Amino acid sequence: MKKRKERIDRGIKARSGDVFTLCSWREMLYLAAPRLLPVIVFLLLPPLLSVYWQKVMISLAVFALLAISWDLLAQSGMISLGQALFFGMGAYLSGIADHYFGLAPLVAIPLASILGGAICTLMLLPVLRLRGIYFSMVTLVIPLMLVRIIEATRIFGGTEGLTGMAPLPSKWVELYLVIIVLLCLLFGFRRMMASDYGLVLKGICDNDRSVTNAGINIYWFKAQALFMAGTVGAFSGACMTHVYLFAGMPVFALDYSILPIAAAVVGGPGSFAGATLGAAILVPLSELLRGIGGLRIVFYGIFLVVFIVALPEGIFHYIQRKYHQFERWVEVEK
Amino acid sequence: MNRAPLLQVIELSKSFGGVQAVHFVNFDLHEGELLGVIGPNGSGKTTLVNLITRFVKPSKGEVLYKGRPIQHLAPYEIVRLGIARTFQMVRPFYHLPAYKNMIIPLYSPRVKKLVGGKYGDRNAVALDLLEEVGFERDAFVAYKPAGALPQGYLKRLELAKAIALQPDLMILDELFSGLSLAEVAGMLPIIEKLRLQGKTIIMIEHRLKELFRIADRVLVMNYGEKIADGAPRDVMEQDSVKSAYLGSE
Repeated sequence: MKKRKERIDRGIKARSGDVFTLCSWREMLYLAAPRLLPVIVFLLLPPLLSVYWQKVMISLAVFALLAISWDLLAQSGMISLGQALFFGMGAYLSGIADHYFGLAPLVAIPLASILGGAICTLMLLPVLRLRGIYFSMVTLVIPLMLVRIIEATRIFGGTEGLTGMAPLPSKWVELYLVIIVLLCLLFGFRRMMASDYGLVLKGICDNDRSVTNAGINIYWFKAQALFMAGTVGAFSGACMTHVYLFAGMPVFALDYSILPIAAAVVGGPGSFAGATLGAAILVPLSELLRGIGGLRIVFYGIFLVVFIVALPEGIFHYIQRKYHQFERWVEVEK
Repeated sequence: MNRAPLLQVIELSKSFGGVQAVHFVNFDLHEGELLGVIGPNGSGKTTLVNLITRFVKPSKGEVLYKGRPIQHLAPYEIVRLGIARTFQMVRPFYHLPAYKNMIIPLYSPRVKKLVGGKYGDRNAVALDLLEEVGFERDAFVAYKPAGALPQGYLKRLELAKAIALQPDLMILDELFSGLSLAEVAGMLPIIEKLRLQGKTIIMIEHRLKELFRIADRVLVMNYGEKIADGAPRDVMEQDSVKSAYLGSE
């Protein structure tokens, strides 16, 4: 007798979608717990950590932001291989605002974020018509080009970079600024993509011809998604400038392009929560493996491959499925 | 008819490399008319529609809509002017429920403009439109994922998406293909209702019997050229049309 796996929604899932939610603590908790968990972890964990791990937490939040920004682009049909462009643009703009114009970090960061998002959008505007790998290749090349331009022309400190940036008012401000922005964007983007506007963005990814056929200018919507993703990426770069007190050529490094993609893929693309979860796993893992020296990248790579092969849907989607459904084996008649 | 035509196609041509897909096609279409476009496979019917709606850029020629040249406009701008089309190959958003597939056309700036700047509850409008094209509300078909729908419903969904745009001119590309006789019989009253509402329609069809029941005029294409244009019965009597369909001795 053959068997097949059957997945059935839990009773509480069905009840939570109805009026029962309003009159039962259990159903309310069932709905609230997955939403409250990241908020509680991100807000309450930092004071319990050592200074070193607090810095790791900032790095985690920054990569989570980059991964969210990548996920937004991916859901809108643009596979970016150049999150470093957004990150580096924000980092340099914030550095310039501080170094040349003496702006305070709390002014420089939002300014660099918005300006960075706008500049990145303008840079990629001519290639919005490209699809798939062609768009990806352009995003990969631009940050590499910018590094060479800075090196060759020696602008903005050349290979030395810009140093002596003003720090944020305190370590708690730098920590909670990134974390609060991350939480707001995580829930905000999830809500946006569940709206009709988000449906249009997803529609562009699935079948752009059908969206065009509705009289919608897909390039305008893509530009909006690009601006949002660019602003988020630039924000993370701008914050790091005032954490490291430095903005130089390494901000355009390939790490800032590849790690967010790895985080989104390991965590599960298409949900933003997966991207955040992926970053929350990969960034501390990278730090933990630091102790084993040169083989670190090998172990890191093995870990990535195992996760992608074992859970191709992503960790978040796996956990989500287990939370909402139970599985059982049923016999199938031949 | 002395009125100015709604759509004028003037010497429209398109070549793909050495292949002349559409060759100097001319025709006028008046308001309220239903024009059938027929021809053997590969005769250039869908390319003609793609050229009118600008999904493909014409090599030569002009398309005038309400007297205004539109061949240089982007496809989305043409839709906003009031030309909606369906596609031969239906590709809905498979994972979304059928009624959610309607949200994107209902999000169109054209719809927003026509309903006075307010979209309203798009879900309710979507369900009403689907009911209009034959989705039984009580059977909850509209709530099923589009990927789980049979071809007949997918074609109805495609038609509903075009109707949602409240167009003046509808171009229906092989709407009846892949449908059973009963399904086509169910679609015909919907098309007739659209005509009563004053819509101008171009229908590309291979189902000639059903098309001739509703078409005012038929345009026959073969090898990218227009070989006949006129009343359905008259057109089918012409030798060029017979040889295009049946082959010459």
